[in-house]
Amino acid sequence: MSSSIKSPWIIHYDASSCNGCDIEVLACLTPLYDVERFGIINTGNPKHADVFLVTGSVNEQNLPVIRQIYEQMLEPKVVVATGICACTGGVFRECYNTLGGVDQAIPVDVYAPGCAVRPEAIIDGVVTALGILNEKAASSAAKEKVSA
Amino acid sequence: MPSALSALLGALAFLALAPVLGCLLAGADRIITARMQGRVGPPLLQPYYDVMKLLAKDSRSVNGIQGTHIAMYLVFAAASGAVFFAGGSFLLCVFMLTLASLFFVLAGYSSRSPFAEAGAAREMMQVMSYEPMVLIVAAGLYLATGTFSVAEIANADTPALYALPLVFGGFIYILTIKLRKSPFDLSTSHHAHQELVKGITTEMSGRTLAAVEIAHWYESVMFLGWVALFIVSGTWVSAALALLVCAAVYFLEILIDNNFARVKWQTMLASAWVVALAAGLINLSLLYL
Repeated sequence: MSSSIKSPWIIHYDASSCNGCDIEVLACLTPLYDVERFGIINTGNPKHADVFLVTGSVNEQNLPVIRQIYEQMLEPKVVVATGICACTGGVFRECYNTLGGVDQAIPVDVYAPGCAVRPEAIIDGVVTALGILNEKAASSAAKEKVSA
Repeated sequence: MPSALSALLGALAFLALAPVLGCLLAGADRIITARMQGRVGPPLLQPYYDVMKLLAKDSRSVNGIQGTHIAMYLVFAAASGAVFFAGGSFLLCVFMLTLASLFFVLAGYSSRSPFAEAGAAREMMQVMSYEPMVLIVAAGLYLATGTFSVAEIANADTPALYALPLVFGGFIYILTIKLRKSPFDLSTSHHAHQELVKGITTEMSGRTLAAVEIAHWYESVMFLGWVALFIVSGTWVSAALALLVCAAVYFLEILIDNNFARVKWQTMLASAWVVALAAGLINLSLLYL
């Protein structure tokens, strides 16, 4: 299942981010960082994506949206909480309208903190996520063998 | 007419080798595109990794029919290329390819997703845009050589290009639409900056999306075969020249892809028909002089 590692397609969702982290996500695609070197593509379509990048904290408005995107993604899939607001809620953690980090909505595999998160941290986070993606692919393949 | 054995060998060679060649072409495309944008780009085998990844994904579909439509798209795209490389009828090749495109459009419509429906409607527009020129290519090849047989056209005394320079130019114009490259990537795009990115393939995932990619590899190789058909005239020198022309045409497509923004469907339809009528009809009437 090494092919999942070589071809991670990403969907990026801005939960309630200030756009700081979103700009850094896009910076990863520019010639300076060029994540396509690792086969990474920003798909914009949950059904094509393997990695879910969420920026910003979770609130009542975006909670169902995050869950819906996550459910539309096909297994194996991983979630990367990108930036400190997505990790814990950040400076908005105590706000009355904030539920907290992305892990309040869906299972998170990797936390990539920062305000705004640096492109290096995003790439590190995605590469770590790929290891987890590979394990998930291997374990689901093993399960299939057992059930067959 | 080609002998049955060489026809069979040609068809089998296409069915076996076209995905390999198409995959390498797609990989080279992505590297050259990245270099044009000042990036390093993915490895050459990236399209292969993508398809292997898609095949290993969980399969889930919005309905039972979409996968069947896409399977038909793949089968007819491969079969039309096999007819071409077997040296069979060019007209049959063209019609089978149109059937393949129609299955692709049906697959898009079957999902009832608004994005997929918009993409399918646009794909239909793409078919309507390029189809007149494709038929003019077929008619031109017949008028120039007196046959629809690909084997006989390829073994003619003079290259078809001598008689059909304007038709060749018109064909290069609609090739961009057929390959779904910017500015004519209306139905689905590889560039994330377009207003509707995935369009017709929105609801396709896993194996179905992998089949779309493989069908596209078959199509790309066959289109380059069509380009080569204008150049070859039975000699090895002409075959080598045809390879060079194919490489140049593919590079031109990548250059156009990277330098133009997507146009509206009205512009695509009008410009493709104007090119087809001007280039095609002038060239065809010259053949009668």
